[in-house]
Amino acid sequence: MAKLEIKNLHVEVTTDNGNIEILKGVDLVINSGETHAVMGPNGSGKSTLAYSIAGHPRYEVTKGEILLDGEDVLEMSPDERARLGLFLAMQYPVEVPGVSVSNFLRTAKTAIAGKAPALREWVGEVRGAMENLRIDSSFTERNVNEGFSGGEKKRHEILQLELMKPKFAVLDETDSGLDVDALKVVSEGVNRAKEGSDLGVLLITHYTRILKYIKPDFVHVFVDGKVAEQGGPELADRLEAEGYDRYTKAAS
Amino acid sequence: MAQHGIEEHSHGAGAPIQIRHARPKSTSVEDFERPSRFEEVWKYFPTDKLSGLDDAVYPELEESQFGLQLASGATAEFIDSTESLVGTAGKPEDRVSAAAWTNASRTLKVTLTGESTEPHYVKVSADDSAKAAHIFVNAEPHSQATLVIDHQGHGKLAENVEIVTGEGSNLTLITIQDWDSKSIHVSNHFAKLKRDSTLTHIVVSMEGEAIRIVPQADLSEPGSNVEMYGVYLADSHQFIEHRPFIDHNAANCRSRVAYKGALQGKGAHTVWIGDVLIREAGVGTDTYELNRNLLLTDGARADSVPNLEIETGKIEGAGHASASGRFDDEQLFYLQSRGLDEQTARRLVVRGFLNEIIQKIGVEEIQDRLTNAIEADLEKVL
Repeated sequence: MAKLEIKNLHVEVTTDNGNIEILKGVDLVINSGETHAVMGPNGSGKSTLAYSIAGHPRYEVTKGEILLDGEDVLEMSPDERARLGLFLAMQYPVEVPGVSVSNFLRTAKTAIAGKAPALREWVGEVRGAMENLRIDSSFTERNVNEGFSGGEKKRHEILQLELMKPKFAVLDETDSGLDVDALKVVSEGVNRAKEGSDLGVLLITHYTRILKYIKPDFVHVFVDGKVAEQGGPELADRLEAEGYDRYTKAAS
Repeated sequence: MAQHGIEEHSHGAGAPIQIRHARPKSTSVEDFERPSRFEEVWKYFPTDKLSGLDDAVYPELEESQFGLQLASGATAEFIDSTESLVGTAGKPEDRVSAAAWTNASRTLKVTLTGESTEPHYVKVSADDSAKAAHIFVNAEPHSQATLVIDHQGHGKLAENVEIVTGEGSNLTLITIQDWDSKSIHVSNHFAKLKRDSTLTHIVVSMEGEAIRIVPQADLSEPGSNVEMYGVYLADSHQFIEHRPFIDHNAANCRSRVAYKGALQGKGAHTVWIGDVLIREAGVGTDTYELNRNLLLTDGARADSVPNLEIETGKIEGAGHASASGRFDDEQLFYLQSRGLDEQTARRLVVRGFLNEIIQKIGVEEIQDRLTNAIEADLEKVL
């Protein structure tokens, strides 16, 4: 059992108009095997939470803690966090020209596992994971995210999730820009990753539709950099019916 | 990224109008002024580092300074530079080239025959005082070969390389600048392509204090194809300049130019001036040139200027692209978030950036050397 704890997290970003506080005291606890959905309107700080957990240098934590099994994650570089078992599926994965998917996956796996994977088994594992995600086999020869469609980028992120086997995965709007078929394929990938392990998931989304395929145990509503309400899956149903108006009116 | 179709270029205000092909050609040193920054040709080069390479008189390399390692299908001999063959591929257009021409009384002539998959090597060494060299590469009709001119050690060298590709031949010529960090090297390459021949010209500039390579290809017979590639690494206080020039002067010729460089450290400076001229006879020309630079640290500078002159409208295609960008923090974050430490991530990105050109080299030994040079450079930065 592992535990990811976020305590009273305050995060700022630097803009042309000075520092702006985006997260204003976030508390969350995620245990192994649990799926938490973080939902909220645009600009509520959902993605900032994702990037802060992964350690993006643009986001400055001014107060609070992030602990993984009691270890202070905030002291660590992004790669140290990844090696400890944190994974971020990005909303906008970046292109890495000249670096093939197969080279990238092998290099990442080697970094995470601390040693190079046995070649034959690795090739089989990659192929199997790609088939499950309905990714064409020629994909491995393409350069990372270069010329990928929106759907391909998201599948590639989930492919990495399945292969890297982290303890906790943050999925940052993985559902955005996907049609229904792609959404199903990607959701199945996340569910497979959960079935085979005790992966904890923090699912960040604006919409409820992905929650039809990935069932959350807990739902947190994010408004203006804070958790405004939390509950079980029934909260998502209520958001589906009522939208965020109730919260945004209260906040303004 | 600047990307254009067919269009005319305007030059910066106040810049003298310089038409590439209108430059005077001469083998006589006296016909040229001493290099200075007031001349477009020497505008960027640190002329105070020429170390006498622009003097009228200095010695040439000894025969023993050309180390030959030829596979079957190649022969080499020294010929007198007064022989009529010398100068048939091109003539100097600046003072250093003319000085090298005059001072090299003998020319290393390399003749490529038959078809060979194994690369041939000419390993050039020089020394601390200014030296001149002249190499003539003759690819016989329908031959297929790879020739590597490999410069290593310490030296001050002015060099002319003439290249003639015979009808239907296919030559890959690779010039490697892998000197010590105090070396000065100025080299002009003159290539003349015969009908239906292909030249792949690859410049690999790894190390040196000041390096300037000016390769030009004269496409004056139909159906020829030239591809010019370059890859370069510039460190602190290194100057590396490449000025490829493609002269389309016959129908249905094709050219591709792609140079990529990685720069790091204070005072690292690279220059790429890519000239393509499509003359009236160049109907059906298909050309594209590209230069990209990756700046890994602050304090490095990359100048990149593509020039396209077109004198006929009946062409297949003509375009260029040029861009210089900083190391992308988002790429670094993405890779780090996948567990790669910063150094591994940087190495992957730089290697990836240069990969397009490295792949063109096709000689494993050189690819490995280049990879090692990239890694050694990156170690310095971190």
